[in-house]
Amino acid sequence: MHIMWFTERAYHAIPEDEVIRRKSFFGLPNTHFDPEHGATLLNRYLDEKIYTDELGAFDGVMLNEHHGTPFCLGAVMDVEAAILARVTKRVRIVLLGNPIPTVGNPLRLAEELAMIDLISRGRLVPGWVRGAGSEQLANNTNPAYNREYFEEGHDLILQAWTRPGPFRFEGKHFHFRFVNPWVKPYQKPHPPIWIPGLVSPDTAIWCAKKRYPYIALATSFEPTAELWNIYAQAAAREGYQAGPENFGYMQPVFVAESQQKAEELGKRFLFGGGFAHFARPEWMFPPGYNSKEATRRLARQLANPNLPGKSTLGEGDEVDPVAARKIIYDAYPKALEGLQMIAGTPEAVIPKLCKVLDVLRPGIFSFWLDGPVPFEDRLTCLRLLAQEVIPALREHGKRLGLVDPFERAPGSRPLPADGKPEPVAWPELLRAAS
Amino acid sequence: MDWQERTVTTGGAELMLRSAGRGRPLLVLHEELGDPGPLGWQADLAAERELLLPLHPGFGRTPRMEWIAGMRDLACFYAAWLRAEGLAPVEVVGISFGGWLAAEMMANDPSLFHRAVLVAPPGIRPATGEIFDLFTVTAAKYVQASVMDRSAPELPVLFGGKRTPEQFEAWEDARAQVARLAWQPYLHNPSLPRLLALVPAPPTLLVWGREDPIVPLAVGEAYARAIAGARLVVLDGCGHRPEIERREAFVGGVRDFLGAAAAAARA
Repeated sequence: MHIMWFTERAYHAIPEDEVIRRKSFFGLPNTHFDPEHGATLLNRYLDEKIYTDELGAFDGVMLNEHHGTPFCLGAVMDVEAAILARVTKRVRIVLLGNPIPTVGNPLRLAEELAMIDLISRGRLVPGWVRGAGSEQLANNTNPAYNREYFEEGHDLILQAWTRPGPFRFEGKHFHFRFVNPWVKPYQKPHPPIWIPGLVSPDTAIWCAKKRYPYIALATSFEPTAELWNIYAQAAAREGYQAGPENFGYMQPVFVAESQQKAEELGKRFLFGGGFAHFARPEWMFPPGYNSKEATRRLARQLANPNLPGKSTLGEGDEVDPVAARKIIYDAYPKALEGLQMIAGTPEAVIPKLCKVLDVLRPGIFSFWLDGPVPFEDRLTCLRLLAQEVIPALREHGKRLGLVDPFERAPGSRPLPADGKPEPVAWPELLRAAS
Repeated sequence: MDWQERTVTTGGAELMLRSAGRGRPLLVLHEELGDPGPLGWQADLAAERELLLPLHPGFGRTPRMEWIAGMRDLACFYAAWLRAEGLAPVEVVGISFGGWLAAEMMANDPSLFHRAVLVAPPGIRPATGEIFDLFTVTAAKYVQASVMDRSAPELPVLFGGKRTPEQFEAWEDARAQVARLAWQPYLHNPSLPRLLALVPAPPTLLVWGREDPIVPLAVGEAYARAIAGARLVVLDGCGHRPEIERREAFVGGVRDFLGAAAAAARA
């Protein structure tokens, strides 16, 4: 198993009521940004990663990138990755992912990432994303061409890494007539690529075709299991059996020395009203960002107030922060019960995390640690994870045969003799438990 | 007023064409959110004219054509259709985005139009103010934001008046296609004023709401400077939809302008 951890690197010191009133982190005026506070936080977030490396139990640290939001200070995650490449010794640096469309220059990305791979001597795991809807607005990237930019940019990056230069690349959107980057990746033929997602079938099928592991970002268990079976079906059409090496899962978690403290700190994960409730449709789904099918699905949801996916804060402009806050924080017990957040002492969280492994069988597992929580408590959480939780998870993973993509190449397992793929997840275990 | 709908095969496309009334054809080019549905001003004009309202490629009903990637492409597509149908020179009413489209067609080939009515079109960057960013709000909010006179009787029936899955999808089709055509530079063509000044433009009427919150009046003034002999009519207390906010004044003005053309044609 590959075990890593992730944090959004949030800014935290923002007026929560204003976020709630806007129903969005995105668009909060940057006049709320204080460089002194930003400097402190960015350094702390780097220190945590270095501490993780020293703890020894983690295989990787994961970074992401967002724009125009206090939700994530990693506006250019390759900058952070470059520092970690130099100062850490053993962890893999997992970037999930670089938003190819919004960065806008795939060749530049290829060069940045090659440098990070070289400085870290082959510890880079790059990944790609389309960028959230709001990122398209923050970077003025035409959302109607988002998937085309993504796919064409991806092809250019791989060519820049593997195809002898100089060569010409003249696509529909990207035009480079002299591709010959001198700095090429350390890992051959190129660094392993993982793709994060929020259960979009299009992305899962694309990953299966490319034999890229798919990392589900804390999505609900049932749709995640369903999606992995879609991946496995697509993999079967490509002629291979998908397995743990093809899948990763990220799980919100908070561990402390007492159950009460852990649950209290875990609650702060809902900071700013949580995540799902802050999806303003005009920023989440800019024009043409979604496929026709996804738009149709969304159209039905928006017209039907009883379907999921609708903001619990309502559709109107007026939001009462007090009432909204109550809705948000009242949801916490349910989140604990449904394992959307696993908080507790090491002894309490281990069986729950093992249950997640039983259901989803991921070869890659990431803890997700977030919320306005004191730095010391975050370090304690990381230490307890390293010393007590990770060894137990590794043992359980071994029992389940959870191999990661470094132990078995994704796409290298043949299909069973009858050509029918074996199941890759066991959602029925979840139902049995409840 | 009865609207007919038919498909015309032209330029490799199956163009959906709505029509109403009888008489001299009047081309109507619809706005950025698609065809808002039958409206009173159209009925008024259809009493004496045949209104031809093509549904722009990629806006949902007429399939998208990959090669139409910018306003010039779309303008040339429509120009070819007008020539193929023997409609040119025709009179045109272009609403907002449709007005910009008409201006691009005119700049490419002024012989396409006998007379042109451009209703609050974007297409030129205003010297002061900004063209409202359509892409940062929902379509429903955009419709609400476009109107200054909220007592306009037809405001509640625009786009069917109800939020349905079908309307949502239609709006998303329209918005996506406008993004493909005009994401950057946003809803304007920096060359357009120069191009318009280079051609012998047909007689042109520009209609603007003085309080237009979508395309500022400064754009109308820029069009008036660019198109030789163009007349700019500004309606007080009116937003981006003069055709429903000031229906009578709008229809009267258009009738006078096009009627003058008819008289000239007879003479």
